[in-house]
Amino acid sequence: MATILVYVETRGGAVQPIAFELLAAARSLAAPAGWTVEALVCAADPAAPAVEITAADCVLTMAHPALSPYLPEAHAAALQAVVDERQPDVVLFGYTTAGLDLAPATAGRTGRTLAAYCRTLALDGGALTASAQVYGGKLIAGIEAPLPAVACVMPGAFAEDAGRIAGSPERIVLPAPATLGALKTRVLEELFPEAGGVDLTQASRILCVGRGIGEAAKIAGAAEVAELLGAELAGSRPVIDAGWMPKARQVGKSGTKVRPKLYVAVGVSGAPEHLEGMAKSDLIVAINSDARAPIFGAAHFGAAIDLFDLLPALADRLRAG
Amino acid sequence: MHAAVVLRLVPDIADDLEISESGNDIDREWVGMKLNEFDDHALEEAVLLKERAGASVTAVALDGDGVDKLLQSAIARGADRVVKITYDELPPLPAAAAVAAILADAIQALGADVVLTGVQTPEDAGGQLAAALGARLGWPHLSAVAGVQPAPDGLIVRQEHSGGYATRVHAAGPVVLGVQSASQPPRYVSGSKLRQAIGVKPEKRAGGEAFAGPVAMVRRLAKPASGGGAAMWKGDADAVADQFVALLRERGLLKG
Ligand SMILES: Cc1cc2nc3c(=O)[nH]c(=O)nc-3n(C[C@H](O)[C@H](O)[C@H](O)COP(=O)(O)OP(=O)(O)OC[C@H]3O[C@@H](n4cnc5c(N)ncnc54)[C@H](O)[C@@H]3O)c2cc1C
Repeated sequence: MATILVYVETRGGAVQPIAFELLAAARSLAAPAGWTVEALVCAADPAAPAVEITAADCVLTMAHPALSPYLPEAHAAALQAVVDERQPDVVLFGYTTAGLDLAPATAGRTGRTLAAYCRTLALDGGALTASAQVYGGKLIAGIEAPLPAVACVMPGAFAEDAGRIAGSPERIVLPAPATLGALKTRVLEELFPEAGGVDLTQASRILCVGRGIGEAAKIAGAAEVAELLGAELAGSRPVIDAGWMPKARQVGKSGTKVRPKLYVAVGVSGAPEHLEGMAKSDLIVAINSDARAPIFGAAHFGAAIDLFDLLPALADRLRAG
Repeated sequence: MHAAVVLRLVPDIADDLEISESGNDIDREWVGMKLNEFDDHALEEAVLLKERAGASVTAVALDGDGVDKLLQSAIARGADRVVKITYDELPPLPAAAAVAAILADAIQALGADVVLTGVQTPEDAGGQLAAALGARLGWPHLSAVAGVQPAPDGLIVRQEHSGGYATRVHAAGPVVLGVQSASQPPRYVSGSKLRQAIGVKPEKRAGGEAFAGPVAMVRRLAKPASGGGAAMWKGDADAVADQFVALLRERGLLKG
């Protein structure tokens, strides 16, 4: 019978939320077609996280010391072995660091087609069809990936509830391939975010500065407005990469995910990786000189205006109280 | 150590992107093309490897409009050698496997033992190149790389995950890196260095045979459905600031 294989990401022995979204996606694809859903947990000790998975027909586990902490070479080898053996028709990954590693690797090593950045998935004859977010979220691509296929799914595209439903899946322990004993890479160290710095997850108001701010010296004007708003100052990734703000203040996919009462984005384009970190905020206000910037699709209120005109005007009013 | 850096010209997504008549590509006639942001970081990291560990750096790009200039700017940034790879044809937004097939032989022929490229491009709906190249070359790969250090017996690579979690990974042999950010922001190059580099003529090499397997195709491009989205405030800065403050007052979100 045709199957969909879901790669289950774990960290520190816990299943990552994206896995439940993928299970939801797999179930929505499998149900109308009468396909089965298999979930794969690869870790040094996969038993505990595997118990969390109930919304699949079958949960596959593979144990090997090289599989934790996550190492791309080890997981790519494990996936190659499992996919070659079980020949799933569709393999699903989340768009995370592991998904960036493993979706193209699995496609390349097992001769499967690949659709990235998927927001919707459907089966259409002999192909997987997907709509994918491209050009920073400005356009949607309709992709046709002949089966067997791999898809990398955007976080937030599928609600995780359907991936958490109760069930009693069959549980199968798979042998680890010999390739895991001959790896050329190894994890030296895990690095955790520094404690004690700013914790954006606790902020009720955030003012986030994007690359539109132009240079480090200009951040002071935004910091003043943040102060007047009682908001924590945050930055998009390029602002952090440029060294204009510390990493603890980065919002987004590779930064902190936040859900404040108020999120003000100035000079932020609204790339999918940024939206992933803040789109669930209660009230989002976006200021961007480009009326077509994708941030306006996620914001509740906005103005297509130069931030350098707005910030002083806003500061004046907030100061006046 | 010989580092190959794969550089790609991509549409500037700050421009208005129009869909071509064929419906499955953007109209490339008027859109500005620029070096993929993450490839810029990959180039910086490669040049840092040269400075810190004496690596030789070869910048590689698929042949096309604007590529000579792109590669000359890589020379000005510190690349030792620049190579453009010729190929027959690629569909719009091509599959990573197809691009990897064109590049892999040339990279191997150059004798590179580390390949750096950007973690993604704005148009790689067919998958990210770094992992696809790794699969094609049979080398390990790491994506979302934020810093590479030379070590006596290989490289130490920092791979970033979500929420500030990262790992440091030792790579003992050849490896492909999908770079997200360099150890330091990409350097500024002076006009005089750029002018000097204009004299450099990139070497030309034939790419590998076209990818034989089935690939995913982009059938159409569309603007995202509008609806939802922000209620837009009109007027000048003062008018917008007034509406902003009124909203905060209404929602009880003014400080104090
Ligand atoms: C694996 C991965 C993880 C990532 N993680 C993150 C993450 O955690 N967080 C994150 O933010 N990004 C992340 N990114 C990067 C993301 O793809 C975008 O590159 C980034 O979000 C863009 O930042 P930006 O909006 O500040 O810059 P840009 O996209 O350059 O946008 C700048 C905006 O400013 C506007 N602007 C310019 N001047 C003005 C002005 N004077 N007034 C008003 N507006 C102006 C422009 O119109 C533009 O829309 C990640 C990418 C990858 C591949």
